[in-house]
Amino acid sequence: MAQEAQKEKSMIIQKEMVSGLFNDLAKAKETGKKVCYTFIPGNLSELIRVFDMLIVYPEINALQSAMRKKSATYIKEAERHAHSEDVCTYVKCDVGMMLKGNIGPTGEKIPEPDVLLLSYTGCFTFMKWFETLKREYPNAEVIMIHTPYQENAEMTPQMTQYMVKQLKEVVIPKFEKVTGIKYDEAKLKRHLELSAEAEDWITKIFDTTKHRPSPIDAYFAGVYYIGPINIGFRGTQQAVDYYKELYKEIMLRVEQGLGPITPEGEMKEEKFRLVVEGPPNWTNFREFWKIFYDMGAVIVASSYTKVGGVYDMGWRHDPSRPLEALAEYCMNCYTNLNLPQRVDLLAKCIEDYEADGYLTNSIKSCNSFSAGQLGMMREIEDRLEVPVGFIESDLVDPRYFSYSNIKNRLESYFQMLEQRKLIKAHEAAEA
Amino acid sequence: MKSLEQLINECKEQAFDLKFTRAKEWKEEKEGRVLVGYMPIYFPREVIHAAGGMAVGIMGGGDRKQIIKGDAYYQSYICHIPRSILELALDKHLDHIDGFIFPSICDVIRNLSGIFRQQKIGKFVKYMDFPQNFLPEIGGVFYQQEMEHVMHYIKEINGVEVTAEKLNHSIGLYNRNREMIEFIYDIRQEFPWRLSIEDVYHIIRAGMVIPVEEHNAILEQVCEHIKENIGEPQDKIKIVVSGAFCEQPAVGLIRAIEQAGCYVVDDDYMLGSRMILGDIDTTTDKPLEAISQAYINQSQYSSSIYDVHDPKEYRLAKIVKDRGADGVIFASASFCDPSLLDAPIFQNAFDRMGIRYIAFQYSENINQFKVIKEQVGTFSDSIKLWEDEPVETV
Repeated sequence: MAQEAQKEKSMIIQKEMVSGLFNDLAKAKETGKKVCYTFIPGNLSELIRVFDMLIVYPEINALQSAMRKKSATYIKEAERHAHSEDVCTYVKCDVGMMLKGNIGPTGEKIPEPDVLLLSYTGCFTFMKWFETLKREYPNAEVIMIHTPYQENAEMTPQMTQYMVKQLKEVVIPKFEKVTGIKYDEAKLKRHLELSAEAEDWITKIFDTTKHRPSPIDAYFAGVYYIGPINIGFRGTQQAVDYYKELYKEIMLRVEQGLGPITPEGEMKEEKFRLVVEGPPNWTNFREFWKIFYDMGAVIVASSYTKVGGVYDMGWRHDPSRPLEALAEYCMNCYTNLNLPQRVDLLAKCIEDYEADGYLTNSIKSCNSFSAGQLGMMREIEDRLEVPVGFIESDLVDPRYFSYSNIKNRLESYFQMLEQRKLIKAHEAAEA
Repeated sequence: MKSLEQLINECKEQAFDLKFTRAKEWKEEKEGRVLVGYMPIYFPREVIHAAGGMAVGIMGGGDRKQIIKGDAYYQSYICHIPRSILELALDKHLDHIDGFIFPSICDVIRNLSGIFRQQKIGKFVKYMDFPQNFLPEIGGVFYQQEMEHVMHYIKEINGVEVTAEKLNHSIGLYNRNREMIEFIYDIRQEFPWRLSIEDVYHIIRAGMVIPVEEHNAILEQVCEHIKENIGEPQDKIKIVVSGAFCEQPAVGLIRAIEQAGCYVVDDDYMLGSRMILGDIDTTTDKPLEAISQAYINQSQYSSSIYDVHDPKEYRLAKIVKDRGADGVIFASASFCDPSLLDAPIFQNAFDRMGIRYIAFQYSENINQFKVIKEQVGTFSDSIKLWEDEPVETV
């Protein structure tokens, strides 16, 4: 009982944080705070906080719309306005929501942007998305910061300098102009210190999946855990407190030998440990998750939880080089890594967390993730001799979530894993 | 001078030689020569030329290469060009090419660079991150550094140091190349019957896979021929094709559009060859800076270039107006993110401006165009038969 109460505490903290954010947004006009739309990968939360702006994440709105079963209507609305069936459904959901009045998850209108900050990290569609938004919000100040791709698996000093120059000469002056607030580097450094602290905690949290059973699901529950660090709270004491509390709860589960909490309670038996590549489906999130926990499958690591920052290889925001740290952060998000880097990272997860299998959830409308996934899968299979699985769905378009197909494929995959376990056990016994 | 028919036939052969025979021969003619393959849309070929190399445009397999291995790397909902490029590579069509450049077009081409790395294809693989910051002292400098990386890779192979003199000479050759291509389009604006768009396509595409000196010689002759009053005008509307800048439509589709009643007076099929508008300075001791400045200040609009400072819908509308076109055909490769994500921007703007358009999708390997031909024919008829209002002034 005590353990359940502690779990609730971190959930309550997160719920309060998120509802506070949306309440602040609803009151933006009254309080006179400026509103900045930006994306999760490469989000410059700490810098935006220096200028006391409120943040809206269009892709978070989209996924929340999907979880609230509203995305289908929004997507159709966008398609009525010439948006193709075959492009990113986050974009269409966001555009459709805007066309339908921009009502957010709390039922209140999301304020229009004063600033569109495009950090263009690891996703070409982000650029097209903001080109579209700029036409819908002609009065917003639009700021582009181009994040170079880690094409050669490195962040060179030239790449960092390119970004720092953009921050100094484009982003910061425009923030100053819009908000009337002077750039305060000392304040930025304080936020970055707290960012690094939160990053330490979240790394420790995702590292708990080394335990057997894993006390958490690093994909389905993981998407909740990354919430605060990704949606604007990175760089705040609130985020640090949340992650401390969460870690405490998880470690209590480890001490008690408990598995992950699912929507239907605690997972009783851990049969399979998986590493998952690709974002989840949001329209049928619970159903999707249930297929896994019903089969005793727990996700011990996922690439999606690294989309807003990769911290498990040791990188942290460094307050002593604030603008360089922001630049490196942007360049180091998962989808800004080249394919060999992604493979190395996932292979490390499979080894570190002793995964039984590697599963790809390929998203129809997200080429940033999907293009190349089959090659990655093949390489991981060859390198680690780990069974690989492949399913397809979409982010927020319910038309592309086929429950039966996914369930059939996963059941076959789990049977394969089961069979492999038996063979391995047999081989071990013979040896 | 060769006849126009001879020139066109030569270009037809070169344009779709998926074994890149001429490039291979050129490399073998002299020691130290290097071939560098580049994917759509644009790469400053001058840089490779000055380094003793030849840039080879790799535009996919079109409808002339059966895809077997490439499909194993891509899901059904990803465009066709990466699988046909990979098929070419895995079938060893690209073996004589030393290095590969993947310009920043979209996530698919970006990630294809990763697959080339995984497969260890070529001596180098470079994802060319074109700047999306257009301030010369920021994005311009970064772009120069990117070009220097390419020069470094080539130097590691052939030891050639690029001098300002060499680069200025190369820039001059490509200036002339672009100038003659634009001359062809200018002639066709008035007299589109002198050279079909299919022929134009073959002539320009051939230039992607043969030495620029040879291509310039061809263009000189073509330009001479079309100065003459040749061909017979037909009752067709004039249109601009937009959106087909990466994965190429099959030649049958390019032909079908004109056959269905539309003279194509401008297009973006071979956008890379026409990306820089006007000449690049050849008199400077900083030619990389000149190339960079030209990219920043003189580029054609593109779905891969951030356009908020200079919206693309107005630029396309200006082309329509300048070419005296009656409308626009938006032709997008299936699942092409840049082209499809631009569609609502163009179409909503053109609805407001009163510019007529139709839109369809194609795939490079599809050679059945009955439906598209009917759509284009109806578009042409609707303008010819019910023409009433002029295109709104931009």
